[in-house]
Amino acid sequence: MADLLLRGIKKSYGNVKVLHGIDLDIRAGEFIVFVGPSGCGKSTLLRLIAGLEDITAGTLQIDGQVVNQLAPSKRGIAMVFQSYALYPHMTVYDNMAFGMKLAKGHDKSEIDKRVREAANILQITPYLDRLPKQLSGGQRQRVAIGRAIVRDPKVFLFDEPLSNLDAALRVATRIEINKLHESMPGVTMIYVTHDQVEAMTLADRIVVLNAGRVEQVGPPMELYHNPANLFVARFLGSPSMNTMPCTVVSGGANPVVKPDGCDPIVVQATIPVSAAGAKATFGVRPEDLDISTNGEAIFRGKVDIVEQLGEVTLIYVDVGAPEPIVAKIPNDTVIAKGDTVALTSERRHLQVFDENGIAYPRT
Amino acid sequence: MAVAESLDMPVAKAGSELIRQRVRAAWIFLAPMLVVLAMVAGWPLLRSIYFSFTNASLTNIEGAQWIGFENYLSVTTLKSGRVIYDGLLVDPLWWQSVWNTVRFSVVSVVMETIIGMMVALVLNAEFRGRGIVRAAILIPWAIPTIVSAKMWAWMLNDQFGIINDILLHLGLISTKIAWTANADTAMLAVLVVDIWKTTPFMALLILAGLQMIPGDIYEAAKIDGVHPIKVFWKVTLPLVRPALMVAVIFRMLDALRIFDLIYVLTANNSQTKTMSVFARENLFDFDKFAYGSAASTMLFLILTVITVVYIIVGKVNFEGGR
Repeated sequence: MADLLLRGIKKSYGNVKVLHGIDLDIRAGEFIVFVGPSGCGKSTLLRLIAGLEDITAGTLQIDGQVVNQLAPSKRGIAMVFQSYALYPHMTVYDNMAFGMKLAKGHDKSEIDKRVREAANILQITPYLDRLPKQLSGGQRQRVAIGRAIVRDPKVFLFDEPLSNLDAALRVATRIEINKLHESMPGVTMIYVTHDQVEAMTLADRIVVLNAGRVEQVGPPMELYHNPANLFVARFLGSPSMNTMPCTVVSGGANPVVKPDGCDPIVVQATIPVSAAGAKATFGVRPEDLDISTNGEAIFRGKVDIVEQLGEVTLIYVDVGAPEPIVAKIPNDTVIAKGDTVALTSERRHLQVFDENGIAYPRT
Repeated sequence: MAVAESLDMPVAKAGSELIRQRVRAAWIFLAPMLVVLAMVAGWPLLRSIYFSFTNASLTNIEGAQWIGFENYLSVTTLKSGRVIYDGLLVDPLWWQSVWNTVRFSVVSVVMETIIGMMVALVLNAEFRGRGIVRAAILIPWAIPTIVSAKMWAWMLNDQFGIINDILLHLGLISTKIAWTANADTAMLAVLVVDIWKTTPFMALLILAGLQMIPGDIYEAAKIDGVHPIKVFWKVTLPLVRPALMVAVIFRMLDALRIFDLIYVLTANNSQTKTMSVFARENLFDFDKFAYGSAASTMLFLILTVITVVYIIVGKVNFEGGR
């Protein structure tokens, strides 16, 4: 059981600032996912927690103890690396036992028991005598996880553990990591990924990072439905949210915005009266757009591209803006390139962001 | 399906024709090198072996007569009934040079490996100016042996050498020492110079091996809380071993046929005379061309045997895979 407390964590390499003051409370037993584009500092933050890098400023507490100066092995953590980082010359068994064997204070039978238990959980018992190079990518990843389990950590750190696996294996391993978390209720897990599907499916809470700053923290669906800002809105969801510059026509009750080149629309958001006339951004997710049948429409335009994904169909509609508007429509819709369509959406799905990209809260 | 079968495509045949073309191309590219190798390495080698079975001398190479194994071992029974053995295999001077060579090789290669490993570990670490240090460390290896041997000969000179001067001033010795001429110190002098010269080579080969080791396993070891010294013995050394084994055999072969350094530094000292020096001496100085050829042939055989044994016993992997 371990709470993690991050206060004003900063990291710079020489003059390059990577993290600009991260504050975060992580509760014991939580599954936290750090997500963000490459270079946002998510891996660096994980490595700071692991103790593989020095913290430039700020404090990191694990279980109420400041661990800034503590060696990685003393922090009660275990880490699973993207490249597995298995010792290539040791068998699976030795890979898992290596740390304990050299740590002293563990007798052989205890090490053996722990290794076999972990191997059992991950179903790698038949491979204990093999070398890493004789295993598939998925099996290696299990060994890496097994090695972490053997350490009996309070905090489990995962650094993009699935990115070297193929698509099918990624889904299977994702589900297993989920199960693993359920079977170890007291263990805190921190997981770094750039894959939003992993973030959405695994996390109790997601931490969206961008350019060394926390953009938003919250449960996956909360972030999806109520993004705090444009970055989070665009980052989560695939295809990403349609956004378009707009002008606030009026605030207060029943606020109205006018997307550029479109008709004014009423939105359900708390926009102050004083915002009238201000520039803003209008957003709507592709799956919330429907083809209008009654003439009412937010966007009108010509279909540029039709992508049939099987389960759904994506259409890219040229509405005169630089970026086409994407709509996710049922796969049985008969539509072809060049057709003119009108797209509409329920009012509750529409989002508006102010000039600085901060969301106007939805009502 | 039926269409494809009825077409009766000669799939396998087309593939083998492709392979034949590639093999032919490979031979065309290899041929010039094989011809040159045959000329500069194969032919002289065969000639040396041939001469070792003749009575050739410098003045009479063309008229050499085949005398079988006489140069290696000849048995003469005198009228008195005494049997006299002669030839390379019973020549104490030859065996002295074999012993000198082996002693020199083992000590120098062991020292070069240990020091080279230490240098490589330092160079493998991240620090400011690493590029310059890496280049600087290569200087002893880059200087031609003749030049560095001459340089050291002057430094070790008994009358004017800087080494005697320094040691005298430090009070470590009371009289000047003739390092290269003295029977007790000649081998030491040669070893020091050779280690100075070839440690960079060793360090560079080991460094290349070290850089093949992925950095993340060191991070895993850190999280496992393994002491750095144990990490060296349990992780670094086993993983760098393939590269190390190849580096050692390279150096071993070089050391076993060492000639130039000793020829310049301690030409006539019996304590440092190696197989190569012995062979040259007989070939040219003593006008025993055939005898020298026999020594060269023996040197070749000894090198081959040591290499083969090393590769088998050490399970050397030249393919670089793990």
